[in-house]
Amino acid sequence: MLRFVLKRIALMVPVLLGLSVLLFAWVRALPGDPARALLGERANPESIARVTERYGFDEPLLEQYLRYLGALVTGDFGSSIRTGQSVTESFLERFPATVELALAALLFAVLVGIPVGYLAARHQGRPLDTIVMSGSLLGVATPVFFLAILLKLVFADWLHWLPTSLRQDARIDATHLTNFYVLDGLLTREWDAAWDAMVHLVLPGLALGTIPLAIIARITRASVAEVLNEDYVRTAESKGLTRRLISRRHVLRNALLPVVTTIGLQAGLLLSGAVLTETVFAFNGMGEYLFDAIGQRDYPVLQGFILFIALIYALINLLVDLAYGLIDPRVRVS
Amino acid sequence: MSINLPPISDVPAAETAVMPGEGPGGGLWRGAWRRLRRNPTAIMGAAIIAFFVLVAVFAPLLAPYEPGSAQWSGDVTPTTVPGPDDDHLLGLDRFGSDLYTQLLFGARQSLVYGVVSTAIGLSVGALLGVLAGGLGGWVDTAVMRAVDIMLSVPSLLLAVSIAAVLGQNAYSIMIAIGAAQVPIFARLLRGSMLAQGRTDYVLAANALGIRRRRIVMGHMLPNAIGPTIVQATLNLATAIIEVAALSFLGLGSSDPAVAEWGRMLVAAQDRFEAAPRLALLPGTAIAVTALGFTLFGEALREALDPRNRR
Amino acid sequence: MKTSKNRRWRLGAALLTTACLGLTACAESDRGGSGSDSGSDSGSDSGGGGGGTMVFAGSAEPVTLDPFFASDGESFRVARQIFEGLVGTEPGTANPAPLLAKSWTVSEDALTYEFELEDGVKFHDGTDFDAEAVCANFDRWYNAPESAQSPDLTYYYGSLMRGFATGPNADAAVYESCTPAEGTATVKLAKPFAGFVSALSLPAFSMQSPSALEEFQDDAAENPTTTEYSTAQPTGTGPFMLDAWERGDSVTLKANPDYWGEKASLDSLVFVAIDEPKARADALENGEVDGFDLVGPADIAPLEEAGFQIVNRDPFNILYLGINQAVKPLDDIRVRQAIAHAIDKQKVADASMPEGTKLADEFMPDLVNGWTEDVTKYEYDPDKARDLLEEAGATGTTIEFNYPSGVSRPYMPAPEDTFNVIRSQLEAAGFTIKPTSDRWDPDYLAKIQGTPKHGIHLLGWTGDYNDADNFLGVFFGQKSFEWGFENKELFTALDEARALPTVEEQTPAYEAINEQIMEYLPGIPLAHPVPSLAFAAGVSGFQPSPVQDEVFNTVTIEE
Repeated sequence: MLRFVLKRIALMVPVLLGLSVLLFAWVRALPGDPARALLGERANPESIARVTERYGFDEPLLEQYLRYLGALVTGDFGSSIRTGQSVTESFLERFPATVELALAALLFAVLVGIPVGYLAARHQGRPLDTIVMSGSLLGVATPVFFLAILLKLVFADWLHWLPTSLRQDARIDATHLTNFYVLDGLLTREWDAAWDAMVHLVLPGLALGTIPLAIIARITRASVAEVLNEDYVRTAESKGLTRRLISRRHVLRNALLPVVTTIGLQAGLLLSGAVLTETVFAFNGMGEYLFDAIGQRDYPVLQGFILFIALIYALINLLVDLAYGLIDPRVRVS
Repeated sequence: MSINLPPISDVPAAETAVMPGEGPGGGLWRGAWRRLRRNPTAIMGAAIIAFFVLVAVFAPLLAPYEPGSAQWSGDVTPTTVPGPDDDHLLGLDRFGSDLYTQLLFGARQSLVYGVVSTAIGLSVGALLGVLAGGLGGWVDTAVMRAVDIMLSVPSLLLAVSIAAVLGQNAYSIMIAIGAAQVPIFARLLRGSMLAQGRTDYVLAANALGIRRRRIVMGHMLPNAIGPTIVQATLNLATAIIEVAALSFLGLGSSDPAVAEWGRMLVAAQDRFEAAPRLALLPGTAIAVTALGFTLFGEALREALDPRNRR
Repeated sequence: MKTSKNRRWRLGAALLTTACLGLTACAESDRGGSGSDSGSDSGSDSGGGGGGTMVFAGSAEPVTLDPFFASDGESFRVARQIFEGLVGTEPGTANPAPLLAKSWTVSEDALTYEFELEDGVKFHDGTDFDAEAVCANFDRWYNAPESAQSPDLTYYYGSLMRGFATGPNADAAVYESCTPAEGTATVKLAKPFAGFVSALSLPAFSMQSPSALEEFQDDAAENPTTTEYSTAQPTGTGPFMLDAWERGDSVTLKANPDYWGEKASLDSLVFVAIDEPKARADALENGEVDGFDLVGPADIAPLEEAGFQIVNRDPFNILYLGINQAVKPLDDIRVRQAIAHAIDKQKVADASMPEGTKLADEFMPDLVNGWTEDVTKYEYDPDKARDLLEEAGATGTTIEFNYPSGVSRPYMPAPEDTFNVIRSQLEAAGFTIKPTSDRWDPDYLAKIQGTPKHGIHLLGWTGDYNDADNFLGVFFGQKSFEWGFENKELFTALDEARALPTVEEQTPAYEAINEQIMEYLPGIPLAHPVPSLAFAAGVSGFQPSPVQDEVFNTVTIEE
């Protein structure tokens, strides 16, 4: 087990190294240069040349890369060209926001998706099943940002029930330790801050969670339906075990495996969806920041953030693999 | 790029249509067709797709005006967009074109974007997947590592950067969306190939000394077609939505008045309160069309699934 | 100080999470208690007189809190609350007015400026504001290390004062020395600079506490914008002091209790960033912010109807249609005239700009010295346009029309709409238009200003201070890719006008240049779109300024 984990982590090194080369080449292959983006309308050839020199973009690429790699090894991901802020620092500010949003979305998707999928499977072929299944397809077919705009319109603009933007009310004087605002509020016992941060997650979480919800509901239904047809469930039924016990003991446990895979895979997709959701709700997360970084050709931010994301993605996959083992002894890793 | 359905396709697809001994024209397809005809979901999906394609093809005949003309741009102000009247069934759009015309031609645009980008993703992805799954060994490792890297970079960023390199036009959107689909098809085809590599007929062919290439082209590939068609149908839905997502982020066609649903939806955003129809109609059109492809794709998957044969 | 003003979220969210799973259930729920009645449940906070917290939304976060290293509007917005310069502006204009300097005198040769200072003023850290502090600031700027002379850090000092003590442009430097005396500071210039006093009204020239700078700032740092001083210790003389800047969240200021002028009525002032104009409007309507800048043209009427206040600044900007003469047939004056006659500026403004927008006949707004009524005007006349086009043999030629996407600038609130209307008008006059759009950041500017590959394009400028060179010189000072023409006569005229020692001498020179430009017609000035701010009904006392010299000490808020 431990050896497996260590081996997987060791395998990440070459992948990340390769990725750093690719990223380095990729961001520099983008047309346009950061100096001009930085100076905007005020740019002129002389000022562009001076800024380019300041950031060393005029040096040979190999030299630039080696310097970048050298810093990387010491844990220095460089600083943003736009703000001068260190990439690590800005990642630690933005990443928790997006994770919080993604977790809210996943929570919604899981809490609603699994029971709904389970119910549908239990009612296979009956109206409830049809409704759930077509509803889930409609969920998948609606563009995220369209849904986000609709939700915002109804619950924020018309009903004024929920906030439209940001992560927390600016009038609340909250202490932020981890930048997970809900967690911060709980840790510091600033209950109103925690509550307010949670309320700010509702609409973006619903918008972002709808597609995973639909997918999770479908997968749950399919795999529960399959398990229900398995011999051991039938045996259990014929032995006269109560439905409830069968569900707990056999069905859910066996059916959850593909669901966990799905949740793991959703993590990557959620990030893409987060860009759109964050834009609609002015939620200061990583997606929006990265999108702006592409526009500004903020090389260090692009490289650093995507490396971080790739690392986290790899770790999530590892966790998913480990979770298999916990749920299904048959695939316990060796 | 909010949506992709890799889990659904990934998990069962590999084993889905592997029917030893059955060629592509065999009983599998006939059975599938029979099941499809009886499935209300499939019929609904097919009806939506048929309607969509008809509108797309006959848009010039159905539409009262030229698309993207912005002829009445003088009548539109930042706060007012003229609503439905005798000349304009659904009123004008934000840029002063006839909304009804724009919606009809939008179907055409969506069809083209969807088909072209899916074709790009399918051909490149299939090539990679077949190479990886069919040849195995280091080719497999290399291709799958590349696919892993592609999957670890959020597809939206990939698409945005492709659009940045290629400039802001329709082609770059199609290529960007196509590229985002490559890993999906590559994985699917590889899985399919691997699964078949273990089937009796391939083992038998191998034992008979038939050349590897012939086994791949003659037996393994045709059998992978089923799940590929399913995935392509589903990806058409994805592609249509992704076009809208890229438009939302300010990429896409250079002409703001172009008849394109995603573009229309985005442009309508800041007029939402004044003229909600500008956003609701194209938004619904996108959702319904995507729903059509998804319904049909899912029904097709079910129909092709040997476990569903009764 | 914990003011949880919006308890209504609790109701809403509770209802939402418990009662409704589907849209229908939500729609049926009772709406009572929601709405914009923020009065009843206002919070516990009741500090001093007036008081209260105001939340104001800008479009981006500030880059840094040390205005010397800033050149973006959001950094300046915050700086204007914390800092003051020697010179301010007359309310509602771009003209210089006394601020930390009570008055000033200029020597005959326009090289020596003597500033008489306000007395009894202290920086937030208790340091005295005196002549020594003034000279310490001037010396700090002039002696900026070469690493800090990069235009992304010290754009304003570098471009207005033309050079530093060291570095490649040292010979061109305008500044020579500063001599402190009791109550007066005397600044000597190496060469005349008519716009000197005007330039000092920019936040980049704010007076900062020498002792705080000494302790917390490091101008030679690799990133002077992220030092302790620039992020947590900015120290000026203004009516507000920094409470905390939480990146990615908000900048919170608190009132300076010892302010020498009119003390702030607000207890605290919070700046947040919401980048989409529509999202800012939504946040205001929903009570999340109390005011915001850069109202989208489409949001003005709905906000007004809903009872919010719209405050307009006098426009200090210009939106123009640029023409690239490196591309045929645009080098033909008749074609350019045809374009000018084909455009109905009023229609363009109506369709894509907020109400109150002024149409433009020249490349600067009327608040700037050198603006004149007497320039060649090109009235809307599509027939004439068609004739001119035919005369030039260019009927039906395809012209590339570039415009940016994904951007809204104060001078260009809705570029897609502007493009769309002008395109239809040009097509109606016989042009064939090929639309090309690029994302604003950074593709559009790179293409327009960095390559000759464009036809006609939309672009503009917001002025920094009252100086014609800040408009005309920026556009037409030398041959550029943007315009693609070589007009020695115009370049020389602009050089000479800039070098004139006083504003009085410059005014007629620039009037003549404006006419020269409009005759040559390098592009079509379109409009001066009016930039708007919006506030909640309970906010009063905000004074708009064309150059955004807006200080919130006069603002009060009813909670």
